[in-house]
Amino acid sequence: MAQPRADAPSKIILAGSDLHRVVDRIAHQILEKTSGATGTVLLGIPTRGVPLAHRLAARIHAFEGVEIPVGSLDITLYRDDLRLNATRALGKTELPAGGIDGLRVILVDDVLFSGRSVRAALDALKDLGRPSSVQLAVLVDRGHRQLPIRADYVGKNIPTALSESVKVTLTEIDGADEVKLIGGLK
Amino acid sequence: MIKHLRSAGDLDAATATLILDTAAEMAALSGREVKKLPALRGRTVVNLFYEDSTRTRISFEAAAKRLSADVINFSAKGSSVSKGESLKDTALTLQAMGADAVVIRHSASGAPHRLSNWVDGSVVNAGDGTHEHPTQALLDAYTMRSRLGRLDGLKVAVVGDVLHSRVARSNVLLLSTLGAEVTLVGPPTLIPLDVVAALSKTTKVSYDLDSVLPDSDVVMMLRVQTERMQDSFFPSAREYSRRYGLDVTRMRKLPEHAIVMHPGPMNRGMEIAPEVADSPRSTIVEQVANGVSVRMAVLYLLLGGK
Repeated sequence: MAQPRADAPSKIILAGSDLHRVVDRIAHQILEKTSGATGTVLLGIPTRGVPLAHRLAARIHAFEGVEIPVGSLDITLYRDDLRLNATRALGKTELPAGGIDGLRVILVDDVLFSGRSVRAALDALKDLGRPSSVQLAVLVDRGHRQLPIRADYVGKNIPTALSESVKVTLTEIDGADEVKLIGGLK
Repeated sequence: MIKHLRSAGDLDAATATLILDTAAEMAALSGREVKKLPALRGRTVVNLFYEDSTRTRISFEAAAKRLSADVINFSAKGSSVSKGESLKDTALTLQAMGADAVVIRHSASGAPHRLSNWVDGSVVNAGDGTHEHPTQALLDAYTMRSRLGRLDGLKVAVVGDVLHSRVARSNVLLLSTLGAEVTLVGPPTLIPLDVVAALSKTTKVSYDLDSVLPDSDVVMMLRVQTERMQDSFFPSAREYSRRYGLDVTRMRKLPEHAIVMHPGPMNRGMEIAPEVADSPRSTIVEQVANGVSVRMAVLYLLLGGK
């Protein structure tokens, strides 16, 4: 995918408390759709899916007092574009102590784009156990799917052109909460 | 990332650390039910072994298979090498078969360097003569880091037959790159001072094991390689063992946290006493397990990308 140039114009879509409200809404939707988040595990996809999963679990705990196990699922070794790029460093895969067998797994990622990361995550999940069902929560859906994949929980739909890119930054990793749209004509 | 791993000197500190970090992730993945990972599907790894080996060959084979690569094992015995085929002709055969990586063990120092001029794929040195054995050094460094938590500033004594040891050479290069302080210990006949000086400027040399032990975090015992010795380098095996063997009395001189390593195969009773080899300080079995994770990391980083 062509990346916009570094000096391309950018526009802030979400920042600070707006982003927190979006996370809160996803947390509420998860509680609603899973009747109180019982038998549910959140797995974040590195890098930024992991802190998002922890935030969702913390919000769900704050709203209803339910403790949801959180883990991370690295998809690097399952990617279909490994050979098209320079070798990637691996992220962490950490399953909660109770595993994922027979549970509802909610995959958490920052941006849903082509859907290829999610396909890789489904493949990785298959080697780790057999969840009863798998759902997907994303902070941003920017469209342009290349596979028949959709998210169950979407923080914000951002219509984009292919020439643009969406950049999510989070306090835990980047020092600030922000969703930016970079590039495009304007 | 580099294309070949022919020498531990090919690695700068950042690349070496990336390999160790990747190995740690690989080790975490090996605890699960389905150990196979799809990263190297459709890639072919050839194990080209001109010299006998148990753990290195099996370790590379296990590593390649866990990453879903196709593995072709080639040992000189029972192949056309015994009919006189040269390394170059064998290399061209492998090239024609489309090997993505060749893991080579050879009795001639420098064979991996020659091979890398003849094949398009990556070349991994699995031990060449008395020259180098970089994946052994990586798994040693990995073992030290996971047992002791760090490498920077770690005091490592490498003891014994340094002259014939490719493990020692690779360890000196890698450990000095990663900031550990290496002291080579052994009889003067088995420590080539000119080679040591050429490898690293920070490496120290001592001929007295007992004085080095109290200040060491790691003691790495080397195998006395009688098969490579044409001359007599020490008066008798008994005298060698008395002065440079690690027995229980000597082990007590080590600090509480220190670990004892050996690349294997061991001469029990010669360079290391059986009680020491089987003690909780010994990481010998751990080193073998770590070997698979480290070699997975190397193969993934060499072959996984473009």
